[in-house]
Amino acid sequence: MSTLSEPPKESFRLSMLIYDTRYRSLTIQTVAMILLVLMISWLVSNTVQNLENLGKDFDFGFLGQRAGYDINQRLVEYTSQSTHARAALVGILNTILVAFLGCALATILGVIAGVLRLSKNWLVSRLMAVYVEGFRNVPLLLWIIAIFALMTESTPMPRDFREGGDASMLFGSIAISNRGVYVPAPVWGEGASLLIGVFVISLIAIWAFRRYAHRRQEATGDILPVFRVSLALFFIPVLLTYFAIAFANGRTEQAILATGGEAGLTLTEYAESQESLNVCLIPGTTTALNLEKTLRGADVRYNAVPFNDEGQALEGFQVGDCNVLSVPATQSDPIIAEAEGGFAPVPLVETIRRGNALEFEQPYLGGFNFDGGIHLRNSLIALWLALSLYTGAFIAEIVRGGILSVSKGQTEAAYALGLRPNRTMNLVILPQAMRVIIPPLISQYLNLTKNSSLAIAVGYMDVRSTLGGITINQTGRELEGMLLLGLFYLVLSLLISGAMNFYNSRVKLKER
Amino acid sequence: MKKTAFLGALTVSGLVAGAAAAATLEDVQERGNLNCGVSTGLPGFSAPNSAGEWEGFDVAVCRAVAAAVLGDPTAVEFVPTTGQTRFTALASGEIDMLSRNTTWTFSRDNDLKFEFVGVNYYDGQGFLVPKALGVTSAKDLDGATVCIQTGTTTELNLADFFRTNNMDYEPVPIETNAEAQQQYLAGACDVYTTDASGLAATRATFETPSDHVILPEIISKEPLGPLVRHGDNEWGDIARWTLNALIAAEEYGITSANIDELAEGTNNPEINRILGTEGNLGEMIGLDSDWAVRAIKAGGNYGELFERHIGESTPIGLARGLNAQWTEGGLLYSPPFR
Repeated sequence: MSTLSEPPKESFRLSMLIYDTRYRSLTIQTVAMILLVLMISWLVSNTVQNLENLGKDFDFGFLGQRAGYDINQRLVEYTSQSTHARAALVGILNTILVAFLGCALATILGVIAGVLRLSKNWLVSRLMAVYVEGFRNVPLLLWIIAIFALMTESTPMPRDFREGGDASMLFGSIAISNRGVYVPAPVWGEGASLLIGVFVISLIAIWAFRRYAHRRQEATGDILPVFRVSLALFFIPVLLTYFAIAFANGRTEQAILATGGEAGLTLTEYAESQESLNVCLIPGTTTALNLEKTLRGADVRYNAVPFNDEGQALEGFQVGDCNVLSVPATQSDPIIAEAEGGFAPVPLVETIRRGNALEFEQPYLGGFNFDGGIHLRNSLIALWLALSLYTGAFIAEIVRGGILSVSKGQTEAAYALGLRPNRTMNLVILPQAMRVIIPPLISQYLNLTKNSSLAIAVGYMDVRSTLGGITINQTGRELEGMLLLGLFYLVLSLLISGAMNFYNSRVKLKER
Repeated sequence: MKKTAFLGALTVSGLVAGAAAAATLEDVQERGNLNCGVSTGLPGFSAPNSAGEWEGFDVAVCRAVAAAVLGDPTAVEFVPTTGQTRFTALASGEIDMLSRNTTWTFSRDNDLKFEFVGVNYYDGQGFLVPKALGVTSAKDLDGATVCIQTGTTTELNLADFFRTNNMDYEPVPIETNAEAQQQYLAGACDVYTTDASGLAATRATFETPSDHVILPEIISKEPLGPLVRHGDNEWGDIARWTLNALIAAEEYGITSANIDELAEGTNNPEINRILGTEGNLGEMIGLDSDWAVRAIKAGGNYGELFERHIGESTPIGLARGLNAQWTEGGLLYSPPFR
């Protein structure tokens, strides 16, 4: 017979928390967790205590106060009367602008340098190696300052562009000065919406054609000339529309009417006969652009009186808000005929064009600086170029690594099938290399975005300079400002990596 | 990983704990030197000389306080600060006092929680332009590009000035005086604006100072002075009365040349009280009786410091103007030592 002996009863003892492997990991995690919570609460209470000792509170109310300082580069409306929150927004947009431009250019540079570094041409591959090593191994701040110094020290001052100066504008319309680069700005005229519509439709057509060509190639093996057709679709419809609109109404003449002068005067003669020249115009239209160009050409001083539309401008002219107005030539006679009382408009000799659907406002020399056109400040250019060149060097290495990760057999197989080298690269190598390239590329984009906070070194007004610099300094809200700044970079980085991860999940190897 | 987190926490706590101390005088005496915030380099006010020693009008205030508190005018650790870093440095306790051409304003006093201990230079904001521009008045500056140090009152004054006169301008924000100078000379801006004294000091370092003019308009009041943190009144009093001692010394004719003689006793009770041979002012302020003697000996009285660092005989060449004694039509007026 056998005796049934019960196994010793399991009872929980405290020592098991340390000696029993089943519980040990739990114990360690609990202790670590408690320590962490204690540490954080101690840090917070220490901060609160110290703020109290300094007599400061924790309050975001400063964001609603008047900022009081000016910002040079504004993508949204901002004056010194705006709030600190608005100033922060201006800074945020500037940060995003330089980060976006930087990521785009860095990718282009990086891909080109990465591919060329693998070139069999000794000179090209060595040149790329010099670029990569040179930019990768010198601190970014030095590059930013070096490029900025180069731009301010070696380019001419705006006053050198005056007559007798030794500088002249590139193609007559781009001015590279030590205050920045001034390029022509587009001004949309009548028919612009049609032009933009046609452009959007041709973009859709390009996309549809590429899809069709791809399908057809899959089905029949025929290769359509995708690139040439896309190029044609891109340019031809838009250009045709542009010229059609230009032919229809671009050459419409505009008469210049003036009050209080004799008929048949030129602008210059009229200006001399008047105390001051006040011109009614609608800012942002091609008519105003051409009128101001004519006024500058006649070398007369004038004040612009802005209106919202032509009807209001005419009323303003009739009640004497201004003494010069431009109207379509066909309307000028009725206006003169209907004039009554002391209001007696006369046409001047000059006429102007009404303007095409798209005109360009050329930069011109004002009092101290260039006026008109788009002003790309040296701070933006220096920061943009330095960030792109620096990050581009890292991306080049990532691209090179990605390409090298595709086995040589793939290339040989493609050659054996008769694919040419550029098709092999585009259709065989790069799609496979992308799987390796994308994940490290995300962190390079994040690096570039965060590195843009070095902007203050060249006086670029990014969010670190507005919210994290001047605002903190004027209000003394270091903790609040830095927390907001940290939060902004965190959110921006998460957004970028989210978007890139979405892209990554589309190009990565699909296993079925 | 746990270890790194712990060490990190220790470091942070060390930093935070440093700020909490209130008794600055004891800290300074225990440490044996004074941490004094100065500018990153403004000739005449605070800049390192060829031997690497800090000197200038603002630096002299630090040295006087160090001499009064520690008995040694060289026991000063100078911390260069920019317009943006200075207040954080003072608020966090990194420096014991800030003597860096800083304007006394209501919000800095009350909102930023600092205590200005007096005014060592009455200044105003001016504009420096190249003569070649042909500008004679600040009202002609419509559309100009203006170099400006960020984080300063001048930045706000500038915005107000252009707005009230209905003019446009393009601000070029810059961190330090040296960068501003480089940008201005390269022609990246038409105008440099800051306190008129700073403009004079900057212009003095140009190759051809006569090619540049300071426009006649002074667009603001800029009383510059040393400051300390709120909350430690004893320390604030020491800084305040050291500055007053320098000013009073000039008023009563106490100079670094005759101070030893006067310190033996005179028949002017005010001088005796300042120099500690009569009364117990030193005891009241928490120092020994000849604290003021040491402060004045450190570099001389206010007038001597002015002449040596920024006066008309120096390249900076500033006139006393508002900064003369009240007895000579200026604004300097020390309360009585009694």
